[in-house]
Amino acid sequence: MSVTQMPLEQPAAAQAPLAAKPRRKLKERLWLAALQILITVLSVTFLVPTLWMISSSLKVSTEVFAHPIVWIPRNPHWANYITAFTGHLPLGSFIWNTVKIVVFAVLGTLLSSSLVAYSFARIDWPGKNFWFGLLLGSMMLPDIVTLVPRFILFRTIGWYDTFYPLIVPYWGAVMALYVFLIRQFFMGIPGELEDAAYIDGASRLRTLTQILMPLSKPVMATVAVFALLQHYNDFLNPLIYLKTMDKFPLAVGIKMFNDFEVQRWEIVFAVSTIMLAPILVLFIFAQRFFVQGITMTGFGGR
Amino acid sequence: MTALQSAGRLLTGGGRRRDWLTGYLFASPFILGFLIFIAYPMLHSAWLIMFEWDPLREPEFAGFSNILKMLEDPKVNKSLFNSFFYTVIAVPVQLCISFTLALALSQPLWFRDYYRAAFYLPIIVPLVASAVVWQRVFHPEFGILNETLGWFGVDPIRWLFEPQLAKPAFIFMSLWAIGRQMVIFIAGLGNIPESLKEAASLDGANAFGRLRTVVLPLMTPLIFYNMVIATVNSFQSFIPAMIMTEGGPSDATLFVVLNIYRNAFQYGRMGYASTLAWELFLIIVGFTIMQFVISRRWVYYEEGGN
Repeated sequence: MSVTQMPLEQPAAAQAPLAAKPRRKLKERLWLAALQILITVLSVTFLVPTLWMISSSLKVSTEVFAHPIVWIPRNPHWANYITAFTGHLPLGSFIWNTVKIVVFAVLGTLLSSSLVAYSFARIDWPGKNFWFGLLLGSMMLPDIVTLVPRFILFRTIGWYDTFYPLIVPYWGAVMALYVFLIRQFFMGIPGELEDAAYIDGASRLRTLTQILMPLSKPVMATVAVFALLQHYNDFLNPLIYLKTMDKFPLAVGIKMFNDFEVQRWEIVFAVSTIMLAPILVLFIFAQRFFVQGITMTGFGGR
Repeated sequence: MTALQSAGRLLTGGGRRRDWLTGYLFASPFILGFLIFIAYPMLHSAWLIMFEWDPLREPEFAGFSNILKMLEDPKVNKSLFNSFFYTVIAVPVQLCISFTLALALSQPLWFRDYYRAAFYLPIIVPLVASAVVWQRVFHPEFGILNETLGWFGVDPIRWLFEPQLAKPAFIFMSLWAIGRQMVIFIAGLGNIPESLKEAASLDGANAFGRLRTVVLPLMTPLIFYNMVIATVNSFQSFIPAMIMTEGGPSDATLFVVLNIYRNAFQYGRMGYASTLAWELFLIIVGFTIMQFVISRRWVYYEEGGN
């Protein structure tokens, strides 16, 4: 604990007059070293819950409930993962459902958002500003307000217990933030290339898909990553719209494991690890787009 | 050249009928999506305030009884208190820690990329999975939190089982996920011109002085942005309570959205749930407007900035 207090007091040392420059440098280095130690400890602390989850997914149940805690299992018990798949909860279906929902929802988001963004960025039509205002306004609207009527709507048209409520709205560009991001990016691309293609007889759809979209890969990738995370993690919507357990995605499936296998921590941890794994891989390969997206939305929305 | 110019006019729109049509056609996913999935449900939701509706029966006109009931409902008041308590404490603490971390990671340290990844990792853990894990982190007997506290001689604490401790536990858990705010702060700190800091140094400002007179004022727009987003998100927190405590113990973690969810989908009170949703919406809007008004006093915007 004493380590944490040291760097907080040190900045005062920088107050030393300019004449004492070499000494200040030494103090600065000491301060940085203390900071280095503190941040190292803190970053490890931040990693512990995740590491504990992964290591516990490989324990036998006596190790999970051992005192003192077993941090690293003696022999990795990979069988937990097999048990997770072969138990009475349909983990395989959970995963396959997630894949289907995420693929179609993300695809819809990308296609519809690009079309709408193109319309707002490149075409003049009466009422455009009005609709753009509505688009920006809908960004502020919390989902929860429309939750009940949307549920009634989908139940009335017979979409209860189907994937449609989880996919179809996103083909309607309802995620205003994504439209906004893509539109901003399109606005930054000079129009000359499209003009040339237009003279050569290309339609607007072709200028969009063959010129603008390839030039907009960074924003497309960012939106894709964000939409993917959104639908992969979505819990409330599938919880409401799906009734049959065989149709549940992973997010709701984990709750099933947590409710029905409550004593088998190693299995619950294994399923959680399975859910984290693809995102972790994606993060390693597409880290740029994660960070880009955050800063983009950070500045975009201000 | 003239051909190009006229084509340019074609593309940027010269008010031709065909272009109007194309414009609407391209925007139609949003126009339809907005009308069907946003505007209509919003109006319907406002309409539902006047009805008592169990989905198994016909809706019954209820006048203002939903609103009157809401104002007296102890569960509603409890859930509002819980969400306020959680938001008002969690958000400032999150901002302080994420800002301090961003400052630290902007210093010339070794392994900065590793640190950033480590602090960012909790964000990518799916919220459902992290709720399941943290439920066990807090476990009185086998959780790692009590185990760690035990090293310092602290007796086991029943975090999620004590009404006074459940909300603080949730706040503690929320501090784990400050990576998003941190990344935004780091990006902002990187954009502060070195020349400004040097100028302050020449004026005799030490590290703390530079932080107070140069860095903090320039960062206020981002602090404000993070604050608004975090407030809106905290008010709508649902997954941790649903998974870790189901609102307990003694409704200590019954947050607003969980209460709305229960009324709508467990008790079958669609009209009442819509009323509560509108209440939450108005509170969030009110809170956001308030933050914007107060922001004029402390958020610094550069002249002529966007």
